[in-house]
This record gives sequence, structure tokens and C-alpha cells, in this order.
Amino acid sequence: MVEPVLLTEGISKSFGSVIACENVSLDLRPGEIHAVIGPNGAGKSTLISQICGTLKPDNGRIFLHGTDVSSQSVRERSLAGLARTFQISALAMEDTVLQNAVLGALGATGNPWKFLSEALPDPNYRENAELALKRVGLLDFKNHRTAELSHGQRRQLEVAIALTLNPSAFIMDEPMAGLGAEGSKRLTGILDEVRTEAPILLVEHDMDAVFALADRISVLVYGKIIATGTVDEIRNNPAVQEAYLGESK
Amino acid sequence: MISERYFNIAILALLIIVPTWAYFADEPFTITLMTRAAIFALAAVGLNLALGTGGLVSFGHAAFFGMGGYVMGILAHHAQTFTPVAEVPFLIEGTKSMPVIWLVSILLSAVLAWVIGFLSLRTSGVYFIMITLAFAQMMFFFSISWSEYGGEDGLSIYVRNSFPGLNTLDPIQFYILCLAILLIVLGAMARVVKSPFGLALNAARQSPQRVDAVGLNVKRLRLVAFIISGAITGLAGALFADLNRFVSPTMFSWQLSGEIMVFIIIGGVGRLFGPVVGALIFVALEHFLGGLSDFWHIYLGLLLLMIVLFGKGGIIGMICGREKSHG
Repeated sequence: MVEPVLLTEGISKSFGSVIACENVSLDLRPGEIHAVIGPNGAGKSTLISQICGTLKPDNGRIFLHGTDVSSQSVRERSLAGLARTFQISALAMEDTVLQNAVLGALGATGNPWKFLSEALPDPNYRENAELALKRVGLLDFKNHRTAELSHGQRRQLEVAIALTLNPSAFIMDEPMAGLGAEGSKRLTGILDEVRTEAPILLVEHDMDAVFALADRISVLVYGKIIATGTVDEIRNNPAVQEAYLGESK
Repeated sequence: MISERYFNIAILALLIIVPTWAYFADEPFTITLMTRAAIFALAAVGLNLALGTGGLVSFGHAAFFGMGGYVMGILAHHAQTFTPVAEVPFLIEGTKSMPVIWLVSILLSAVLAWVIGFLSLRTSGVYFIMITLAFAQMMFFFSISWSEYGGEDGLSIYVRNSFPGLNTLDPIQFYILCLAILLIVLGAMARVVKSPFGLALNAARQSPQRVDAVGLNVKRLRLVAFIISGAITGLAGALFADLNRFVSPTMFSWQLSGEIMVFIIIGGVGRLFGPVVGALIFVALEHFLGGLSDFWHIYLGLLLLMIVLFGKGGIIGMICGREKSHG
């Protein structure tokens, strides 16, 4: 079996008496989109936070390329190749779209310690940043202030910044949230293309997108994974239908 | 709305025309006032990097201003009394040379900023404001009790320090020196805010979790900004002490920290010329209103209130509008 890019091994997290995440083991293999779905409050965000390093699991370990990153900071994990998008856009709103993308490109070089040269015209950052913006379809908006972007465009910018990092794994926290049909379709196309560069762990509510994109799906309910499998396996899994999909059918 | 570039050029012209007029009209006091404004502006340009670009509300920048002042005071005091500053572990002599004094001021202020920043950047918000204030107050009380250097009475320096090729006692020559330093630092700052470091620091103010997520060290970016900021304010302190030929604990006072912040708020937070505009207005009010009433700070307070309530971008924001994003 190919070595997974990302692996969580029995991670658990509780807040007081609430168990947000219980013994979660999942892996992300090269070239795949692995979706994590589950009803509200299932612990998806807690899971993402632990993988990215903003929350420390009570138990269990997280491996990136076989290296234990459980005790590493957000920044160290990012440098090790993990790129994330935020559920609620975390962008420099006063800055232009290009400045935000250049920030990502700057992160990719790992060296912000240049004080007197201009960042934006520097081809070391700009080529990477503009390529990423072009891929998500935001190049025409590069000189707009980020605060002026629509909700959907901000989601696209989140993805563009992740792209500039040339990561070995993407963690995407509800990238489709709040997008219209058109925006959702566009982003689906982008993610479909991106998976060949780095696998994507996709937390998403939009079931159409999940079923269209995912190679595998894990279903999280009350902090536990109740099933992992291909789209068809998950669709036909009675436990999943009862716990989650059944709600909407 | 006037373009910010033209507005800045107008301010620059003011910094040149007024002293030139005063020089030919034989009004040395006006030149001294302009020198005071230029030095205050320099101190605030330093704070503006931390406050405006980095979002670090330091209420303790007087610590660096005073540090620069006391470096000048102590070095010059020993030079004029022909005594060494220290003999152990090695001999350190006093000096009357401005370039040496500036270098030492910059270095020691940077070290102080490193220590204060290292400890206070673990906190944020109100706690950061309070801890920076506390450090400046520590320096204030230390200087009061340091009787060797005048304690509460401060230290007088009889002759202004020297700069190669200039007669620094001539007001216009000293002004040109201060203006040149201000312009060099402003020029450097204009580049720094557009540099990779400036971009990352500015983004860390707006969205630290984003900067963290792209793998950049937010805390270190802020610490470096704080150190540069403190070093510039320290240099201003050394010039201020030389302007007055006097150093006292008031250079460490919290009122001074507040005034430096007020310059920036009046002029425009994060704007290149914000500190310059603020310092010019402050010195003008201090001079003209101060002549009318001892309570001129009331009018300064009113002005500040108006600006905070009605014009968020300070004077530059009101005149030039929102900062243009450079793309």
C-alpha cells in the first residue's frame, strides 16, 4: 500500500464532558480527495484544528509523510507542507487580492526578512502569486481590495493562497460554504484539478460537491468516524443513511 | 481629495520653506520650533511602524526616547567632566561626537526594545498597552533615583555635541541635520512598508492566523518591528537631548509616550507622513496656544476628540481619503 501523506492515529479531544473527537483515525493518500462529512456539531472543525495544530489532541498522533507532527506548531506544520483554508475567511481585508496572494508566496519561500526591496514586483513572489490567482479565476481582481470581494471570491482567494504554498497536502474547511451554484461549480473544477498536485482533506457540507469530487468519504458523527469508504459504499451504508444522509432524504 | 503624494510633497515643502524664511528673517526661535517638530516626528515615525503597520499599541515608547536621551546625556557628561563612563571591565570614555552618540543610542534602544518586546509580545490588547507602560515607568523611576546623573533634576550639557564639518550650535545647521535624518528614515520606512517584511507585518495585524498558516512567524515579525521602532525613537531621543542640551526623567514619562501616540493619531495612523503632520500640529499648538493659556492641552484634547470621532484616518485621512492600495 502507498504510504499516506497524512495520517491521524486515534486522536481524541474533549472539552469538559463533551467529547468532540473520539479515537479518530483516518488517512489521506496521494492524489485523492478524502471528504469528511457529518452533521453540525459532529466535530469536523475540532478535527481540522487538531490536524492543523491550533488545538492539541488529548490522545493520539498525527503524521505528515510518516513524521510525527503532533507536537508541532501551526507554522511548523505549514512549513512541513500542510496548507489550509479557513471556514471563515482569514484574509488581510485592507490589502489587495495580489498582496494576499504574495503573502502566501512569501510563506512558501519561508523568508520574510527583506526590508528594503519591494515585495509586489519581485518575480520570486509575483509569478507564484499570479499563477495561483489565475488558476482560481481571480487574476482580473488582483488590484481590488480584499474587503471589496464577494463572499465567493474570498473563498477562491483562500484556495489561491493555499496553492501558492505548493503544499504536500491541502486541508480545506468548507470551501464551498455560502457559494452560489455557479461559484460552487467553479471551485469543484479547481479542486478536481488540484488533487493531482497534492491530496485534499475536504470538510464540506455541499453534498453535490462531495459526491462529485471525493474518492473516499469518512462520516463523522458525535466525534466518531462511523464509516469510511467510496462514494457508493457510503451512499449504501445503512448506518450512514440513518445517522446523517437519512436526515435530508 | 488630494493625492497623498502631493500632500506629502506639500508637507516636505513646509519643512524646508518655514526654516528658510526664519533663517533670512533672523527668527532662530522658529527654527528651534521646527527642529523640535522634526525630532518629535522622528520619534513618532518609529512608533508608527509598530503601531500603524504592526498594530502594536505601545504606550511605553518614552522608554526608548529617554534611553536615547540618557545615552547622549551620560556620554556628553563624562566628556565634559573628563571622566570615564566605566573602567571595568574595560575603559569606556565619554564623547561629544554626534555620530558615535547616535550609534550607541540606536544600539542600546534596540537592545531595550528587544527585552521589552520579548516579554510584552506574549500579551496582546490592553495587557500589551499596560506592560509597555509599566516598563517605561520602571525606566522613569530608575532615572529619578539615579543621583549620579542628576536624579530628578536631570543633567545639563553645556555645549551641543559636534558633527564633522558642521557648526551644530547654529540653529539652522542643527535643523538641517535633524531634517536629513528624518527624511532618510522616512525614505527607509516608505520602502520597509512595501518590503516582504512590511507586507507580512501588515498582514499579521489584520489576520495573524493567516500569517501563521502560511508558515511565517508572527511573533518574530512583531518583535523585529518593535526593535526597529524602538531604535528609531531612541535616535530621536538623542537628538532631542541635544536640542535642549538637557536630559531629565520627563523624557521617560508616560505623558511623553502618550504624546508620541497622539502625533500619529492626529496625523494618520499607518500613513507615512502621519507622524510628521501630527508633530507639526502639536508643536504649533504648543507654541501658539501655550502662549495664550497654560491649559492649552484642553484644545489639543478637543482636536484629538474631533479627529477620533469624525476622521478615522487622522488629518491625512480627512484630506487624502483612504490609503490607496499599492498594486
